[in-house]
Amino acid sequence: MGKRTIVPFGPQHPALPEPVHLDLELEDETVVRAIPSIGYVHRGLEKLAEKRDYNDMIYVMERVCGICSFGHGWGYAGAVEGLMSVQIPDRAECLRIMFHELSRVHSHLLWLGLLADGLGFDSLFMHCWRIRERVLDVFEAITGGRVVMSFCKVGGVRKDLTPEMLKMVKDTCDMIEDEMRKTGLVFMKDTSVRNRLCGTGVLSREDIIDLSAVGPVARGSGVNNDVRSANPMYRDLGFSPVLYDDGDCWSRCMVRVDEIMQSLDMIRNAVRDLPDGDVSVPVKGNAPVGDYVFRVEQPRGEGFYYVQGNGSKFLSRARVRTPTNINIPAMTRMLQGCNLQDVSMLVITIDPCISCTER
Amino acid sequence: MSGTTKSPWIMHYDASSCNGCDIEVLACLTPVYDVERFGVINTGDPKQADIFLITGAVNDQNKEVVKQLYDQMPEPKVVVAVGICACSGGIFRDCYNIIGGVDKIIPVDVYVPGCAARPEAIIDGVVKGLDVLEKKRLKLREKEGKK
Ligand code: SF4
Repeated sequence: MGKRTIVPFGPQHPALPEPVHLDLELEDETVVRAIPSIGYVHRGLEKLAEKRDYNDMIYVMERVCGICSFGHGWGYAGAVEGLMSVQIPDRAECLRIMFHELSRVHSHLLWLGLLADGLGFDSLFMHCWRIRERVLDVFEAITGGRVVMSFCKVGGVRKDLTPEMLKMVKDTCDMIEDEMRKTGLVFMKDTSVRNRLCGTGVLSREDIIDLSAVGPVARGSGVNNDVRSANPMYRDLGFSPVLYDDGDCWSRCMVRVDEIMQSLDMIRNAVRDLPDGDVSVPVKGNAPVGDYVFRVEQPRGEGFYYVQGNGSKFLSRARVRTPTNINIPAMTRMLQGCNLQDVSMLVITIDPCISCTER
Repeated sequence: MSGTTKSPWIMHYDASSCNGCDIEVLACLTPVYDVERFGVINTGDPKQADIFLITGAVNDQNKEVVKQLYDQMPEPKVVVAVGICACSGGIFRDCYNIIGGVDKIIPVDVYVPGCAARPEAIIDGVVKGLDVLEKKRLKLREKEGKK
């Protein structure tokens, strides 16, 4: 047996822009155990529901995380609409899907870039982020914001899209698809990338079910738990879950590459089939006593939104359970037995979003 | 030492931000903004950094980390607070776990407001920081000269 050492990883670490701390117990160069500790980004947003009325609370919810900010807004709005028994117009729902899928494209591209960076493949990182900027340009042209958009509101969306904007969305999708055909190939075929990714950090189907992992991590091991399948409008837009079976880093990577392509298709279908009508309905009055749960498939996995009304304008609870939160046990399992050099890459493959986790 | 004002090295730390500003800081590195062409490098090592970019309002757990990182940086150093959270606490200022702006913990030289702060604004803030850095450097020289 080699000598046991404990190596601290984080909270400030070049591989991760976000602070999380891991105690890595090493035997020679192999990780025997990884003990995560979090709390560096905790703010206490859920408590703010007592100070902001339910219409304003959406601004806070959007800031649970700046990467999937649209999805958090949607999840919260969906939950409040359910609580208030409000039916939003079809056009609003379709626009929400469009924006959410655009967010997924930029989030996955961001992740692919970070992975490339973790591999030490800097030019690939640059290419992914260059493509990603196209999505942000669309957001900026439509809503004025690049990352936090405030586009969603309780009762629908804040504004309608003009035909020019829709055309811009479609053109951007075409352009990204073109670029992704080339960039995706690098992840698929390049030997240096495959050498690092294939066969590392394997999670079996049983592990996933045991630890209830969600999102691309689960789908990379062949477990389908995509919340989008439950939404009829998604099915009409041509959604089908992307599954890979190997459970290694490469599978998780390919799930995301394929999802980008599929999302682009769905966005174009949404532009084509956008229903006519209003984009929002007014939501007024106090929230009734009761509670409601709403789920959204975030780029990182299932997001779970719970609201509880008490007959006033202020909710008594607004709870979010985010994907990274539930994926952390899967991450520690993955780290067991890996090589020290792979730690930062493995941590990246679950696409950790610490800001979501700690709220 | 005058070289540092030409190609400043930056250290970035997320003190409980929502990530929005962090990804904008990283976006500065993309080919679209490409700050590396000015010699700006994002380093993880406080001992090599000239500019401390900090996003998010500070909370109870990471205030020690912020202080420690700041102390480890060599003189002269500049702190740039990125995003309204880092400036004043922003939307999170009412949260029970938030202390407030970064200036409650360490001295801040440049404030970059915005939620999220745009990459252009962040680059602007860094350029402003360079002036401050130069001034601090001259002051340091004078002090040494007198000795
Ligand atoms: S300023 Fe806005 S975007 Fe930046 S970290 Fe704070 S809430 Fe997020």
